[in-house]
Amino acid sequence: MKLVAVVKRECPTCSLVEPVLQQLDAADDVDLAVFTQDDPTFPSGVGAVEFDKELDYSYHHDIETVPTLIRVSDDGAEMERIVGWSRDQWETFTGLNGLGPDLPAHRPGCGSLSVDPSLVDELRARYESHRLHARRVDLADLEDEMEALFDRGWTDGLPVVPPTPQRVLRMLEGTTRAPDDIVALVPPDLVECTVEKVAINAVLAGCAPEYLPVVLTALEGACTDEFNMHGLLATTMPVGPVLIINGPIRRQIGMNAGINVLGQGNRANSTIGRALQLVIRNVGGGRPGGVDRATQGNPGKVSFCFPEDEEGSPWEPLHVERGFAPGSSTVTLFPGEGPRGVVDQLSRDPESLTRSLAACLRTVQHPKLPMVFDAILVLGPEHGRVYREAGWTKAQFKQRLHELTLLEGADIVRGAGGITEGVPDAFKDTQLPKFRADGIVVVHAGGGAGLFSTIIGGWANGDTGSQPVTREIQR
Amino acid sequence: MTRTLLDPTSERTPSHREQLARPATLSGLRVGLLDISKARGNVFLDRLEELLSERDVTVTRFAKPTFTKPAPIDLRHEISTTCDVVIEALAD
Repeated sequence: MKLVAVVKRECPTCSLVEPVLQQLDAADDVDLAVFTQDDPTFPSGVGAVEFDKELDYSYHHDIETVPTLIRVSDDGAEMERIVGWSRDQWETFTGLNGLGPDLPAHRPGCGSLSVDPSLVDELRARYESHRLHARRVDLADLEDEMEALFDRGWTDGLPVVPPTPQRVLRMLEGTTRAPDDIVALVPPDLVECTVEKVAINAVLAGCAPEYLPVVLTALEGACTDEFNMHGLLATTMPVGPVLIINGPIRRQIGMNAGINVLGQGNRANSTIGRALQLVIRNVGGGRPGGVDRATQGNPGKVSFCFPEDEEGSPWEPLHVERGFAPGSSTVTLFPGEGPRGVVDQLSRDPESLTRSLAACLRTVQHPKLPMVFDAILVLGPEHGRVYREAGWTKAQFKQRLHELTLLEGADIVRGAGGITEGVPDAFKDTQLPKFRADGIVVVHAGGGAGLFSTIIGGWANGDTGSQPVTREIQR
Repeated sequence: MTRTLLDPTSERTPSHREQLARPATLSGLRVGLLDISKARGNVFLDRLEELLSERDVTVTRFAKPTFTKPAPIDLRHEISTTCDVVIEALAD
């Protein structure tokens, strides 16, 4: 029987089983090889000890715990493994009785050096760099690392995290997809973008590896014909992709749906949207003054991503409303401008509050322009409570909003109110809806105190502009 | 130790920066003379240094360790941060 043991002296359990390894080595029908991680003289009294100084064996055999005992076939293939020390288990595994008679019956093992947090990045870079195909850029010793990234034009104007091979490989641990997998054709240059390039930009943006599936899904959604990222980038209007995250992944990656949900302070909220925008900039070549022709832009074009507070909502969450399973995680992309507040601190009945919200929604982009622009309404929890207590459904709320945002043609024709902007005179005797039927996206988010909501106005909607897109996040 | 980063771009353009426009005059500029370490390149550069020193030009000499390999990145960085213009001498 061929056995391989992986041990380190620093591990008390490995030291404990030293006499057992000697017993195995002395047994007639056992061919034992020991890989030792930290001390070539350990274990003593065993013939075939190999110093796994570079942790090559340990890394490539996925050793997570020491001691690990592996039974291998004659041609060296692994058949079975056990970890830690348990006399019963070791005796069954080896078919030998009387192992370590003076030892306690069992002891758990210790962490392998090959999974030591302080070593694992370096090991991954050493053994897995061949998986990376991006061009290597060397920096001079005297070059300031952060300045070098600005100099090369890789940032959005804020500092970025240097994308070293170690960091990119760590980022790639966040997905099961292969680094050379093509994610999307990224505008405006229509470049085939690999998972690796997305990971590099996610590092730049400051993402943690567990955010990568969200970024990948957001990029796929952005680069569809429906969402029309090219148009959104090229437009002179002040809009960019707004990402709404739904489902269990919100909590798994620690997103903030509460106090200051649309503001700063949470890593996932702040970096996921930024990663998408950096891919558009760096891979797609979309830069302000180039294809990005925004007259004024908005601060959300750096990054705009937030989760829905599903747990506190009076209604079904956005992704369920859009046909996805409650247990699924999704990204919804919306072409949006910056957020603006709605203050109503007096309405306690749903009709009054809906009239308030409708009055503010009617002003999106311009009070006299109907149908062209969608909007997100981020309902604050204290406003949400009014609807919960009154028993209004989401469909009921949206229907009433739609009715209350109908515009009288006479009020919005060109010249009405002394304002030249407006619709042609032919609409004078009609009613026009401010929003198309599905043009108001309602989500629930924010802190517990404050009778406020937020409106995020949209860009040219429909087939000639951009449609909101929802995609399920795959790991 | 060289620090290596992975290029986040589409790699459609060179990773190094673009050349500056050629100046109309060398007067008042800092000129680097780069010897690629090929035989007799220094003869040419010595004469250039003599001629430039007669004008209002600050001359600094640099040399690559070997003509067979690209200039080390640290040397390129030093030249780019200390000179306005570099003259590289090829020779044989």
